[in-house]
Amino acid sequence: MFDGILTVTVFLPAVAAILVAIFARGKNADQQIRWISIGATVATFVLSVMIFVGYDQDAGGIQMVDYMERWIPIDALRSSYLLGVDGLSAPLVLLTGILGMAAALGSWRIKKRVREYFMWLLMLQSAVLGVFLALDLLLFFIFFEFELIPMFMLIAIWGSGRPRYSAMKFVLFTLTGGAFMLVGILAIFVTPGVNTLAMVSIPELGITGIPELIAGADLVIPAALIFLFFFIAFAVKLPLWPVHSWLPDAHTDAPTAVSVMLAGVLLKMAGYGLLRINLGFFQETKGFTIYDVAGALSILAAVSVIYGGIITIRQTDMKRLIAYSSISHMGFVMLGVSAVGSSAASTSAGGLSGAAMQMFTHGTITGLAFLLVGLSYERTHTRHIPHLGGLWKKMPLIAIFFVIAGFGSLGLPALSGFVAEIMVFLGTFSVWPWATGVSAFGVVLAAGYTLWMVQRVFFGARPATPGLSDEVYDNLTDANWVDMIPVIALAAPIFIVGIWPSVITDMFDIGIQAVLR
Amino acid sequence: MTVQDFWVLSPEISMAVLALLVISVDLMTRSMAKVATVAFIGLSVPVILTLNLWFGWFGEPTVGAALFGTVEADRFSLFFKFLLLTVTAGTILASAKYIASDRMKDYGGEFVSLVLISVTGMMVLVSATELITIYVALELSALPIVALAAIHRSKRGVEAGTKFFVLSAISSAVLLYGFAFIYGYTGTTQLSVIMERLAVLSSEPGVPFGSYAVLLSVIMIFAGFGFKMAVVPWQMWVPDVYQGAPTPVAAFLSIASKAAAFAVIMRIMYTAFGDPMLMQDWSGLFAILAAVTMTVGNVLALSQSNIKRLLGYSTIAQAGYILIGLASVPANQVGATFAGAGPQSVMYYLVGYAFSNLAVFFAVIAITSRTKDDSIEGLNGLGKRSPLLAGLLVFGLLSLLGMPPTVGFMTKVVVFGSALNANLTWLAVIGVVNTVIAAYYYLRVIRAIMFEDAKDETTFGADKPVLAAAGVAAIGAGVFGVAPFLLLEFAQSALSIIPGS
Repeated sequence: MFDGILTVTVFLPAVAAILVAIFARGKNADQQIRWISIGATVATFVLSVMIFVGYDQDAGGIQMVDYMERWIPIDALRSSYLLGVDGLSAPLVLLTGILGMAAALGSWRIKKRVREYFMWLLMLQSAVLGVFLALDLLLFFIFFEFELIPMFMLIAIWGSGRPRYSAMKFVLFTLTGGAFMLVGILAIFVTPGVNTLAMVSIPELGITGIPELIAGADLVIPAALIFLFFFIAFAVKLPLWPVHSWLPDAHTDAPTAVSVMLAGVLLKMAGYGLLRINLGFFQETKGFTIYDVAGALSILAAVSVIYGGIITIRQTDMKRLIAYSSISHMGFVMLGVSAVGSSAASTSAGGLSGAAMQMFTHGTITGLAFLLVGLSYERTHTRHIPHLGGLWKKMPLIAIFFVIAGFGSLGLPALSGFVAEIMVFLGTFSVWPWATGVSAFGVVLAAGYTLWMVQRVFFGARPATPGLSDEVYDNLTDANWVDMIPVIALAAPIFIVGIWPSVITDMFDIGIQAVLR
Repeated sequence: MTVQDFWVLSPEISMAVLALLVISVDLMTRSMAKVATVAFIGLSVPVILTLNLWFGWFGEPTVGAALFGTVEADRFSLFFKFLLLTVTAGTILASAKYIASDRMKDYGGEFVSLVLISVTGMMVLVSATELITIYVALELSALPIVALAAIHRSKRGVEAGTKFFVLSAISSAVLLYGFAFIYGYTGTTQLSVIMERLAVLSSEPGVPFGSYAVLLSVIMIFAGFGFKMAVVPWQMWVPDVYQGAPTPVAAFLSIASKAAAFAVIMRIMYTAFGDPMLMQDWSGLFAILAAVTMTVGNVLALSQSNIKRLLGYSTIAQAGYILIGLASVPANQVGATFAGAGPQSVMYYLVGYAFSNLAVFFAVIAITSRTKDDSIEGLNGLGKRSPLLAGLLVFGLLSLLGMPPTVGFMTKVVVFGSALNANLTWLAVIGVVNTVIAAYYYLRVIRAIMFEDAKDETTFGADKPVLAAAGVAAIGAGVFGVAPFLLLEFAQSALSIIPGS
């Protein structure tokens, strides 16, 4: 069975990257490269919309499957080339389509080593799409790891501050997590009776997925250990306290568009992995299930939310502030995952959908915030909050959209952040009232740091010893239409989802129900 | 010699003839380009003859034993002959420029012909099924390398050659002593007969290998080949020789010599000591060696500042990963899914490693021949100075690191998978942890190439032959990573020597 659309979607940006690398020579090369890249990401966006809309919600299950059996013909590894989309991955593919396009558009002004830059950016998008669409465990891992190389290059070459240090830190953290995951994958490989590495069952193709195969089976190493291996990989990537320290560095030093991709979709690979693998695989395993640790997960989540929130308030660098706020917000994802409860009977599917929803909304909101910080920084050349103030008068458009991103982030009703947070809280409260109650303070903290920053940067009076000289301040310009295209592309889903949440939540509900079996 | 013997040995014979031909051509011409061309084109003869043995083009008989059962052209040996021939072709291409350089042009012919003679030895080695033949072939493959390492007559070169010679001689002596024990115990030097006799003889309960004599001989055989495979604790010579010897020789040494040693130790272990009870014992020994080798190699590589020394330590670590595959004998686990997973993973890993390492070494050859600087700092800013070479080098390093979608990743997955298959979970975990340690120093080199600023900004290209060799190696490393089935099926069909597959 080979539907084709998913394969095309995954590899379209990569093919464009190769085109960019080989062709587009000559005098106007840079301009051609930009157009090829933007064209490819727009095409990918269109494809992602087609996938999202084309997914038949009534039929459910895995759709648009691309399947090639026996990709590696060694009997110890039963890997296949298997791409497919379901309710859980469809919105995330859409998110990647939107952000990939926004990132390419937002990179319009990149001047340094244009060819390589767009090459890596497109590669990155391919890798992320692959992660969301691969349904074979090894294939998933390959895409999950492959994303490292483009990120390493993008941060190290086009970053600011201490880019090489940050890039190295990012790679080493993720690689360590990935190494644990590899052991987990291999342990599943060699479990007797596991004759496929499909992460889900696809009855039409006669594929029985790992969740069913390892249910009640005797695993080579204890199920708790395998769970832990996967969990470490995803906790690093999410990131969860205490393995979060790579994130502020990587975010702060990465170029704008890369921050957008990093916060917008790369962190979501971890949330997706938690739902698909940690939740999907370990409901009926022998000797250990996710229900045994759900309580601990909720506590970890609460710590992450509050710790991240408190650290965020202290930040004086706009970009670093948003980076730290991601730790707090991704804590909500973890909290939603813990809504699985201590037994199958107490599971709150709403909380799990909320976790997925939080990933989607955080992707657009934080992506927008990073984009705007980038625009502001391009003009002011500083991100130091005490040096800024009164930018409202000079850059009204940037300020307005920043306020939208801020309100979205603190969960104002009618914006998408509210939907996700309320789903997480309502879903998880019935299961873990204490952890949820504590985490709810994260919203208060979010209101604090967001509003305070907006107030200081955009509305407050200019500081007495200004970071910006009068000359610079007077010459500040607002965003022009080129800058506004990606901004609007990211702001639109915040409103649409806020007003009409079921367009995404219905999809996630289907996906979560399938994962819960 | 019968017709059968001639056919079975035809690749080796043609290789030896080619070596002599190269020397003769060298006498007739001063042009090193001609010498290299003759050698490169001449290599097609052994390649065709090896292909003939695999496919049986020129009629029967093809595959079989020869010379009273001392060598055997089975698919296992042919697999490795293909690998050796590929490496040789690459080495000759990559050294075409080097042998034409001023200080080398008087010994260019000797250089090429010594490489070919050494390969002849290795080709006999991988098909030898008898202890004395193994020993003779091993010496034939090692002695030319001594001369090759010292061919510069520089201080470091001579030191490298001397070091290699002395240690090689000692290891051969130890190996021979081990062989003597086996002969004394079983009364035969034929590997297959040894297995039959051991099954009857070794029965002392509680003693590894059933008898102290066998235990002692196995340890000595390990020690002897451990030197060639660059396995800890017989790895001391590697960094010095790699740094001192000409880079093409280091490339040749790091791949061909290692592959041949792994091939012969696989054959010895699986045919002479292939009894399931014995397998248990040597598997444990290999597992420990693997853990120590990769850890020591990787940790020592962390602090290196010379790219050739770093690659030396990296090849030690890589040998450790390959040993995981050797240790993964399915006898460890009752009802393991596939008897050949361990050996198959070794063969796959060796080929993948060969391609990745060749890409790296050839790129380094091309770069250092221009910059005359083999420190890691010398690679600073290479991404700007020579984008193509930098790209090839980075790609090769990423493959050695084990980054998807290169062959380095897939080989590691297969090797670790076979370890888990053989119930060696702890070894797989150590292997995975090691890949993270290794990431640090590979990334350090990549960082220098891509991000640091060069002192000297002049750009340079590369000579076509070495570029072609590195490019083909890199393409191989990519293709076999994306489409691993190409190699794995090849390796599986070559596993005829493994009992039960």
